[in-house]
Amino acid sequence: MSEAREPVTGIEAPVYLQYQFTAGRAPSRFLSALKQGRLTGQRCPGCSQVYIPPRGACPACGIATEEEVTLSNKATVQSFTIVYIPIPGNPIKPPYIVANLVPDGANISFIHLLSECVNEEVHIGQRVQAVWKPEAEWDYKMDNIIYYKPLDEPDVPVELIGKLGVDGREVQP
Amino acid sequence: MAQLAAVIGTGQTRYKTKRGDVSIAGLLREAAVNALEDAGLGFEDIDAVVIGKAPDMFEGVVMPECYLADALGANGKPMLRVHTAGSVGGSTALVAASHVQSGTFKRVLTVTYEKQSESNAMWALSTPQPFAVHLNAGAGGYFAPIIREYMRRSKAPWDVGIKVAVKDRLHGARNPLAHLHKPDITMKEVEESMMLWDPLRLLEACPSSDGACAMVIAAEDAVDSSAKPPAWIRGGAMRSEPTMYAGREEVNPRAGRDCAADVYAQAGIRDPRRDLDVAEIYVPFSWYEPMWLENLGFAEEGQGWRLTMEGATSLDEGGDIPWNPSGGVLSSNPIGASGMIRFAEAARQVRGDAGAHQVEGAKLAMGHAYGGGAQFFSMWIVGADKP
Ligand SMILES: [Zn+2]
Repeated sequence: MSEAREPVTGIEAPVYLQYQFTAGRAPSRFLSALKQGRLTGQRCPGCSQVYIPPRGACPACGIATEEEVTLSNKATVQSFTIVYIPIPGNPIKPPYIVANLVPDGANISFIHLLSECVNEEVHIGQRVQAVWKPEAEWDYKMDNIIYYKPLDEPDVPVELIGKLGVDGREVQP
Repeated sequence: MAQLAAVIGTGQTRYKTKRGDVSIAGLLREAAVNALEDAGLGFEDIDAVVIGKAPDMFEGVVMPECYLADALGANGKPMLRVHTAGSVGGSTALVAASHVQSGTFKRVLTVTYEKQSESNAMWALSTPQPFAVHLNAGAGGYFAPIIREYMRRSKAPWDVGIKVAVKDRLHGARNPLAHLHKPDITMKEVEESMMLWDPLRLLEACPSSDGACAMVIAAEDAVDSSAKPPAWIRGGAMRSEPTMYAGREEVNPRAGRDCAADVYAQAGIRDPRRDLDVAEIYVPFSWYEPMWLENLGFAEEGQGWRLTMEGATSLDEGGDIPWNPSGGVLSSNPIGASGMIRFAEAARQVRGDAGAHQVEGAKLAMGHAYGGGAQFFSMWIVGADKP
């Protein structure tokens, strides 16, 4: 036992995780509509707010949502960040813009990529539009929308962000 | 009516990028032994153990609640794990306190930790989700747009975050346990550090740390074992809200406001800036100082940044309400422990035990933690005087 041995400081023990996501009724309808090239949400019968992605209940009211609403491909930038680091498992090259977007007809934002834009000119209230993949590639995924791109429309005043109807106009109470 | 409880011992590890010299169990034990020593007690004096840790990639593999019982002297005693994301250090302290305040136990040991070098919590929070695009770029990517909205609303100068980053690192330079020691840091250095999630730069974000923090909480008739005075728990509160709902106020979350109102009412605080001597507040990204100054009622809405810029929260500038004299989360971030460090540092302040970052004559201090999508809040007020 004369050989000096290197101390073992670590061994590789990989873990692989592949899981089946049980969508449930509301997300399953949402994903099916996405495969047909449509963004949909659900309206809360209590507060009338429209949720995307719909999870079958309104977290604010705690009640089930049923009414399905087709949303616009147009959206408004609620806020955003310019990201300078890569995302593991995503080929996207920094810097890229991750924006919190509210599609017309919904009352809550989701995040998506903003592209075909000058990063420094992106701003809160900016109007944008979804760019979809070719129809042949549509799947049960939000990735059917490759990214959003700026739209030549006037900015939405901050107090109206998240309050537009599917036609892009302020919802009259 | 709850019974009185006090912190009679605190223990921490040195915070570093990688603590290769200890296992997870060894890391926790170091903090636990330090806290017991500070309390003048041994493991045999402890009635129950409450631990906390933030989730990471190895959640179902490490299972700390299963394997740490012996390292923490919990064999044959109740042991409980608390789970509230980044706020877990604070809520674990409050659960431990409630074990004593309920009259169930006399002395409870509570320990929280993170060994980020062996888990990678940041990217564990960035895995692809069904029915969303895969664009989760860590916690900074989540909070940066909220910060941007705060900047728009408050019309704060662009360099408020930079000022916080410098201030907390100067505080951290006084704390021998802090991960980052940057006594010579300048506004220019922070400004020139790499932009990560615009508007957040590298030096405006917390580091990734290994470390653990522990406390011993005791009932009113069991506080005399320590050579130092007890830190009396004058109030404790937790609040939660959903991550996402239509119309949610993300810049100034309601759960935070409600939690603060609750804890102030318990401690008889009417004006936190005037009534408190010092606060240890969870600020993992620089701009969260002005945002929480407003959320917690230290400043009017839209005015928090003025306190920061005036130096009101700075020990070095002789501010009237120092925030994070220990250096805060911006100087050390073992996530699961980060909230408890705030709570323990508040206790150290009112025990006169904070060394070079002691706020002279501190009698009343606040500890604060938040977690998830700024949806879990936990806070406590500790005092030198028995209520
Ligand atoms: Zn509702």
